[in-house]
Amino acid sequence: MRIELVRRPNRSRAMAVLSPLVAIFLTVVAGFLVFSAVGVDPFRALYIYFIEPLTAWWSVEALIVKAVPIVIIAVGLSLCFYSNTWNIGAEGQLVAGAMAGSALPILFPDFQGPLVMPLMLILGIAGGMAYGAIPALLKTRFGANEILTSLMLVYVAQLMVDWLARGPWRNPAGHNFPDSRPFDGDQILPVVFGDSVRLNAVFAIVIAVIAWFVLRRTITGFQITVLGQAPRAGAFAGFSHKKMVVLAFLISGGLAGLAGICEVAGPTGMLRTSVSPGYGFTAIIVAFLGRLNPIGIIFAGLLLALSYMGGEGVQIELGMSDQITRVFQGMLLFFVLACDTFIFYRVRLVRTPAAGARAEGA
Amino acid sequence: MEMFEGIVLTIITAATPLLFAAIGELVTERSGVLNLGVEGMMAVGAVCGFAAAHLTDQPVIAIAAAAAAGALMAALFGVVTLIFVGNQVASGLALTLFGLGFSALIGNAYVGIPGIGLPKLDIPVLSDIPLVGPIVFGEDPLTYLAIVLAVGVWWFLFHTRAGLILRAVGDNHVSAHSLGYNVIKVRFLAVMFGGACAGLGGGYLSLVYTPQWTQNMTGGRGWIALALVVFATWLPSRIVIGAVLFGAVSILQLHAQAIGVGIPSQFLSMLPYLTTVIVLVIISRDRTLLRVNTPACLGQSFVPDR
Repeated sequence: MRIELVRRPNRSRAMAVLSPLVAIFLTVVAGFLVFSAVGVDPFRALYIYFIEPLTAWWSVEALIVKAVPIVIIAVGLSLCFYSNTWNIGAEGQLVAGAMAGSALPILFPDFQGPLVMPLMLILGIAGGMAYGAIPALLKTRFGANEILTSLMLVYVAQLMVDWLARGPWRNPAGHNFPDSRPFDGDQILPVVFGDSVRLNAVFAIVIAVIAWFVLRRTITGFQITVLGQAPRAGAFAGFSHKKMVVLAFLISGGLAGLAGICEVAGPTGMLRTSVSPGYGFTAIIVAFLGRLNPIGIIFAGLLLALSYMGGEGVQIELGMSDQITRVFQGMLLFFVLACDTFIFYRVRLVRTPAAGARAEGA
Repeated sequence: MEMFEGIVLTIITAATPLLFAAIGELVTERSGVLNLGVEGMMAVGAVCGFAAAHLTDQPVIAIAAAAAAGALMAALFGVVTLIFVGNQVASGLALTLFGLGFSALIGNAYVGIPGIGLPKLDIPVLSDIPLVGPIVFGEDPLTYLAIVLAVGVWWFLFHTRAGLILRAVGDNHVSAHSLGYNVIKVRFLAVMFGGACAGLGGGYLSLVYTPQWTQNMTGGRGWIALALVVFATWLPSRIVIGAVLFGAVSILQLHAQAIGVGIPSQFLSMLPYLTTVIVLVIISRDRTLLRVNTPACLGQSFVPDR
């Protein structure tokens, strides 16, 4: 018995819709097994993980607050992945944006007024763009693998913010806590909805819509698609691959930077030694789960935000490691990638294996 | 003199986990598969090795458990990318995320427990030779295993028929398939071997390097190992040089932190990562050097035509 893949004549539209749902279902099943294996009542754990965060209004709000930065980053990454450019370092660009944007309220604490927030946001975007430009230029100038360089720069950015928050930017009146001075007044992103949903939620929706429009309705979007899906055709059409790499990194870096400054100017309200619980990596999963489609990404972002909430839930109520979040996220991405196969291939089980050609490990 | 000896010894212990992980990834990549999950496989290898040591008190079982755990993780990756032809880059990231989370989950019970450590090889007369003795003859057994592994991989890849087939699969999977070789099978075995090596690298961390388990103890070494493969232009001999170089950078920055050279510790901690970026840039500038040895089908999925 072996598994054989047969290419479909056309991509299956039904599977394109079904495969994320199947992947989510399989993740829940695998989660059931993981919880059972570590000796926790799986029904209770799954309830706490996936249902409980949705049963109270405050936690739904908290869910949206977590989903917003993930969606903003994932939209940028989807443009990257669409053009077959691998920016894995969004987490670092997020931190770079947070540092650049925080410079204003930390170095000029008394600066208030309607200009403060726009300037902070611009600085944050610029910081993320500049940091994203490094792997892009190393790629286009020297051919250095952007996956590895962008990832290495994540560690560098995290160490940098650690130094800033403990060293030069530490709050002198902060009882030696490794935090900057708390931002106040116009240095804080305004709440637009409920108690905690801030202006960046509006940014997320606007950015998703713009990205959808750019990809589907503009010549730049067409170039991104062609260069990503058929690089040779793109080259013959005169589209520059190098320009596209730089553009993809600038956009995704800038958006990650925006997400970063909105975190420190929003929920955190100050610069700390750690800016995000890995939103930059989670966004990679969200981009894939959302089918690299900006609108799909909004839903995927909400789901992955739920994985953070659930992780906190089982940590508090069952005393498990909150790292269970990463387990779920990794499994989900695995299942999404495996299920995507069925969009392009039909699976056939073959009874009699050809001599010596048995498929392995299925 | 003793300080120098100490530094050389620690550089070798810092290089060993990188050597394990990189030599395994080299074999995987030579077969045409890019597995970015090294960091995750190392983490799971580290926690499983530690747990096995704690439960059985048998170093050999602990090492075997670390390797087996890494190989199992790699098998997961193999199923998704080779059988379901999932995107290799994204699947590798999924493996890293899953591995880091899963290791923390099972490792929760082992935080703060001292490890057993491995006995050092101590050849009576030879390891008493000043300077050379302890360095050449006084390492822990896993370090020798890593060196033997590197030599073995070199011999396998370039001096055996099976190694030739593996490289053929990595360089042109369509031709290899036409010649009757089972591309998926060869790749699956290569991926599993890479996983076992990464598991050993992780096990080395929790059994020898710092004999204990802490969350995220791999600290980016899996990614550095991936960069080492590019640095080595897919040649085993250069992997050894690269591992020692990176071991040296990470140890010297630790010593600089201990002495207190007036540079904030965070900047010194950045050095291994910055070195990786710089080395990648320098190596990548020479396109011809890379083109000779880069497996031509690296990262491409293969679906046999029937």
